[in-house]
Amino acid sequence: MSDHEYTPSSKFGKWFNDRLPLLSLVNHLTDYPTPKNLNYWWTFGGILTFCLITQIVTGLVLAMHYIAHVDHAFSSVEHIMRDVNYGWLLRYVHANGASMFFLAVYIHIFRALFYGSYKAPREIIWIIGIIIYLLMMAAAFMGYVLPWGQMSFWGATVITNLFSAIPLVGESITTWLWGGYSVDNPTLTRFFTLHYLLPFLILGLVVLHIWALHVPGNNNPVGIDIKKPSKDTVPFHPYIVIKDAFALLMFLIIFAMFVFYSPNVLGHADNYIEANPLVTPAHIVPEWYLLPFYAILRSVPDKLMGVIAMLSAILILAALPWLDTSKIRSAVFRPLYKQFYWILVADVLILGYVGAMPAEGLYLLIARIGTIYYFAHFLIILPVLGLKEKTLPLPLSITEPVLGGSPNLAAARDKVEKIS
Amino acid sequence: MRNIIKFLIILFLVLNSKSFAAENTAKFLETDWTFKGLFGKFDRASLQRGYQVYTEVCASCHSMKYLSYRNLSEKGGPEFSEAEAKAIAASFEVTDGPDSTGEMFTRPAKLSDKFVMPYANNEEAKSANGGAYPPDMSVLVKARKGGADYVYSLLLGYEDPPSGIKLDDGVYYNKYMYGNKIKMPNPLSDDLVEYSDGTKATQEQMAKDVVNFLMWSAEPHLETRHKTGFRVISYLIILTVLVYFSMKKIWSRVESKV
Repeated sequence: MSDHEYTPSSKFGKWFNDRLPLLSLVNHLTDYPTPKNLNYWWTFGGILTFCLITQIVTGLVLAMHYIAHVDHAFSSVEHIMRDVNYGWLLRYVHANGASMFFLAVYIHIFRALFYGSYKAPREIIWIIGIIIYLLMMAAAFMGYVLPWGQMSFWGATVITNLFSAIPLVGESITTWLWGGYSVDNPTLTRFFTLHYLLPFLILGLVVLHIWALHVPGNNNPVGIDIKKPSKDTVPFHPYIVIKDAFALLMFLIIFAMFVFYSPNVLGHADNYIEANPLVTPAHIVPEWYLLPFYAILRSVPDKLMGVIAMLSAILILAALPWLDTSKIRSAVFRPLYKQFYWILVADVLILGYVGAMPAEGLYLLIARIGTIYYFAHFLIILPVLGLKEKTLPLPLSITEPVLGGSPNLAAARDKVEKIS
Repeated sequence: MRNIIKFLIILFLVLNSKSFAAENTAKFLETDWTFKGLFGKFDRASLQRGYQVYTEVCASCHSMKYLSYRNLSEKGGPEFSEAEAKAIAASFEVTDGPDSTGEMFTRPAKLSDKFVMPYANNEEAKSANGGAYPPDMSVLVKARKGGADYVYSLLLGYEDPPSGIKLDDGVYYNKYMYGNKIKMPNPLSDDLVEYSDGTKATQEQMAKDVVNFLMWSAEPHLETRHKTGFRVISYLIILTVLVYFSMKKIWSRVESKV
C-alpha cells in the first residue's frame, strides 16, 4: 500500500510488525498524502463511516430488546420507548440515523458526480460504492419493516410484490421471499436476520472502498492528477482528521436537532398504528430517501418494465465511468456539464417530490418526464457532452493559480489540448 | 463552508416543514401547547385533568394498552403521588391467576398492571361500536398526521353536515376527520366532568387537557428528551467551536485556506 518503508522505533514494535504489519498500516493511514485543497464536500466519507458505526452500535442494543414476532414486534418497540433505560434515545438515534446516513450518502454521491471522482483510475472505488448504496437501501427497507406498523407491513407488501413481475418464476420467488403466501411472521423473522447481517457486509465493503481509494489517492476539486507526496498534499493526520472532525461535529448538531426536537418528522404517522393486514392505508409511501426511485417505478405503466426501470436507475450509475466520455474530471472546468449537473440534481429532487404524491394527473406526467430525463442524462447527454464540450484550461498543479495571470497558462492550455 | 452550514440549516427547515406532505382538509385549530419548543414541558395540572377526562369519558371505548398505572406517578408525567396512583389502580379489577387450585380470580389492580382495557378483544370492541374499532390511545397522537393539533381540532370539529351530505345512522360529520365522516359521536360537552381543582370544564378545556394527556402517553420521555437535547446540542456547539480554532491553528502551517 505505502510506497515508503516504515520501521517501528521500539524493539517489540519491530518484532510485532515483522509478523503482523499493523503498525505499518497505522503509519500508512496517518501519513497518507491527501490533496490539500479538499473542500468540505469531501468530509462526508468520514461522516458516513461514523453513521455506519452509530447504526451498528445502536442497532445491537435495540436488538437485545426487540422481539421479531408479529404479535410482539410493535409492543416490544413500545417497550423500548417506555421502559428500557434511554431506549427512546437509542431508537430515535437509530431511526433518524438511517435518514442522516442517506442524507450523507446522497451528498457523497453527488460530490463524486460533480468532481468526476468516478473516472479512471477510480472506477472500482465507485462501483464498490454503488454496491454499498444498494445494500444500504436493502438494509433500510428491512429495518423499516421491523416495528411492524402499518407502513412497515404495507411497504413490505408492495416491495416484495415487485418480484412477482418477473415472468414465469415471479410468483414462486415472492412466495419464497415471504416464507408463505403473504407478508407474515416468517417474513418478519427473515427480514430481521438480514437486517442484522447487511450492516456487517457494508462494513466489509467500506474497508474495500477505502483500500481501493488509497491506491490512487483522493480526487480533488481541481480534478487533476497530483504528485504524492508533494507540496500539493498534506498528511492525513492531523490535517484531514481535524477537518473531518469539525465537519462531523456540525453534522452531529443537525442530527441531534432531529433526534431531540423532531424525532418523528422524517417518519410516517401511520407507522405508529400496529400492522393490520385487513386495513390498507390511504397512501403507501416509502421513506423519503427511496422516493425518487419509487417515482420512477410508478411512472412506467407496465409492472415488469417499472421494476426494470427502477433497478436500471441505480445500476446505470455503475456504468457511469464509461458513459461519461470526458477526460476532464472536475465540473469546475466543464461549463456545460456543470449546468447539466444542476439540472440532474433538480430532476432527482422533483422525482422525490412526486414520489410522495399520488401517482395521477399532473404528478404522473411530471414523474414520466423526470424519469425520461434521468435516463437521458446518463445515456445521451453525458456521452455526447464529453466529445463536444469545450473545456476550460486546467492548472498544472493545485498550488498553481487556477485561471488567468498564470505564467504557466500557455503550458496549461497545451496540456488540455493534449488531453482532449 | 458557509454554503454547507446554510445548506444544512435550510435542509433541516425544509424537512421539518409540514408542507412536505401537505394534503389536508381544514386548517387545524391552534392552541398553545406547553410541551412544544426547546424547553417544552407538560403542564402537570392539565395532565392530571386530562387523565380524568380519559378515564371518565374516553376509557369506556378506547384502550391504552401500553401504559401501566405506575406510569401515572413517574417523573415527567402527571406525577400523581404514589398513594394516589395506587388508589387509582385499586379502583380497577383485573383477572389474575391461576391460583393454587388452578382457578382464575379477580383482584384490584396494582401499580405494575397495564391499564385495564374496556373490551376483551377487537371483535367485542367493534360489535359494541357499530363496526368501528375505537383505536388504542397509547400512541394515538403520533399515529395521526398533525399530531396534537389534529386530535385537538377533531375533538372540537363536530358540526352539522353541510346540505347535500347525507349521513347514515351512527355516522357523524367532523370538519377535521379524513373524509369528514366519523363513527365516534361528539364525546365532549361543557361540564361533562367535574374537575377537582375547580377549573371550569368547558369543551375546549377538556379537549386541551385530554390531548395533553395523550401527548404524554405517546411520548412519556418528552421532558427528558428536551432537557437532554439542550445539553447535547450545547456541548456539541462548544466542542465544534474549540475544534474549529484547533483546525485553524493546525492549518495555519500550510498556506492553504480552510
